[in-house]
Amino acid sequence: MVGELTWPKRILGLWLPLLALFVFALFPFAWMAATSLKGNAELYDPKANPLWIRHPSLDHYIGLLKESNFLLWIGNTMLVATVSTLISLLLGVMLAYPLARMRFPAAGLLAIAVAVAYLVPQTLLFVPMADLINRMKLGDTLTAVMLTYPTLLVPFCAWLLIGYFKTVPKELEEAALIDGASRWRAMTRVILPLCTPGFLSAGIFAFTLAQNEFLYALLFLNTSTIRTVPVGVTGELIRGDAFYWGQLMAAAFLGSLPVVLIYSFFVKYYVAGLTAGSVKG
Amino acid sequence: MSRVAEAARPAARAVPGARPFRLREWLEREAVFSWLMLTPPLLFLLLFLGYPFGYGVYLGFVRRPVAQPATFVGLNNFISLWNDPIFWQAVWNTFRFTAVATVLKLAGGLAMALVMHQHFRFKGVTRAVLLLPFIVPTVLSTVAWQWIFDPGMGLINRMLMFFDLVKQGPSWLGNPTLAMISVILVNTWRGLPFFGITILAGLQTIPDELMESATIDGAGRWGRFRYVTLPLLMPVIFIVTTFSIIFTFFDFQLVYVLTGGGPANATHLMATYAYSVGMSSGQMGMGSAAALAMVPVLGVVLLLMSSYVRRS
Repeated sequence: MVGELTWPKRILGLWLPLLALFVFALFPFAWMAATSLKGNAELYDPKANPLWIRHPSLDHYIGLLKESNFLLWIGNTMLVATVSTLISLLLGVMLAYPLARMRFPAAGLLAIAVAVAYLVPQTLLFVPMADLINRMKLGDTLTAVMLTYPTLLVPFCAWLLIGYFKTVPKELEEAALIDGASRWRAMTRVILPLCTPGFLSAGIFAFTLAQNEFLYALLFLNTSTIRTVPVGVTGELIRGDAFYWGQLMAAAFLGSLPVVLIYSFFVKYYVAGLTAGSVKG
Repeated sequence: MSRVAEAARPAARAVPGARPFRLREWLEREAVFSWLMLTPPLLFLLLFLGYPFGYGVYLGFVRRPVAQPATFVGLNNFISLWNDPIFWQAVWNTFRFTAVATVLKLAGGLAMALVMHQHFRFKGVTRAVLLLPFIVPTVLSTVAWQWIFDPGMGLINRMLMFFDLVKQGPSWLGNPTLAMISVILVNTWRGLPFFGITILAGLQTIPDELMESATIDGAGRWGRFRYVTLPLLMPVIFIVTTFSIIFTFFDFQLVYVLTGGGPANATHLMATYAYSVGMSSGQMGMGSAAALAMVPVLGVVLLLMSSYVRRS
């Protein structure tokens, strides 16, 4: 910003609003963690301060791991997210590379089709998709979600990668071709290695989207042992009696941890992916 | 133009003399190489995106209870939708939800971006932490919000009672108006950082010199914001808002988990309505028709977007 602010102005214009943003963004997570660490007696005591933990206990975590398939759900979520991210990156590159770097008829039209495909919401497709998956005899398998998640992720990856591929100068490729490299070699040895940041951006973004997916998982994963965290948690941990919040919050907290940890290592690439579409487009 | 390039390049590198067909040369042609790369992903998208879409349109015109053959019924599905008051309630809810949530996210995100567009320590960490609501799987954070809204022991009512503001807290998810407010609040909480961080990235592309020269020309803080910052941010704001409108309009999981569309359909969105008709009641044709009813909105948004992109 222009000019340096004096400290009272800096408190009012920077630190107080930041504090408000932090509280607004984080209090649900604090509440999640606080709930999961309290025993039921304290949790449902109307006189206790709700934000304070007097007797920390891991009972809810122990109960969660003993009584549900939670660890299996975490494993399934990781497996599905990883596989569908890899498929999406591979197909995304195959789609983006020619569209960004080759000249051929219909290239422009295809690029628009990719953008439109990215914006077609899955809510529009789930009814026929359920029917298609059932007829392919893939209902109630992890394969069903590994195949359907990339439909959401491929257009996004391709779109983001088109932007990255365009930033690499055409001369590099031409130099490689003149030196006798085939187009394939020029791509795999010269251009793609230069685009690693793009792959990381697209990859981490696709991974978080896959972790977040709910509708297809809800439709296709019925057996408890093959569920992902979101369907497992909503399908099995919300029970008839009223006193399930401790375990539920333990599950929400533990279930969020892996994606938050992975995100924290790749924040830079995640933000680049987040803003690439809207700032450049 | 592209034809010329294709024809010229391989010829320029080809060995002079006789030219029998050579696989390697053929593969080096731009169009051939491109289509070999494009075919697998395009086939995949056609099978899992194009086909379901086409099949969904077909389903909209048939009656097809689960595990029974389909019968063609013309426009009957759409006529029943038209006559279903719950459908219209879902339409009205969806528009209300999208409009209010988008305005809140845009205003909040703009404020967040302006606050963060200053020099301070730990800016990178701050940005990473403030994005957390957007990262954490929606279902898990929504479950936490459900507990926050719990009428008896939830955080909001406990705080209200702790400070003696009320004797008995309201039923946040049990009252139609409060339930809609709650759903909008949670959507805003999750989407606001997306607006904030993206607009911040847009702010950072505005050169400092512009601000300085505006200051020299006598523009105050408001003047600089109104006549320099805002016009330059418009493209970013436009794209972010369009994206958000699409994803908010078609939102499913938030409402499905938080209220299930209740109480008395007060928070049913078109997506959750389509799900309950198509999946829970098993009427695939009706469900598809309800989903198709959202297409005009998507079309209008895409048209607006492309006309804007063409204009600028």
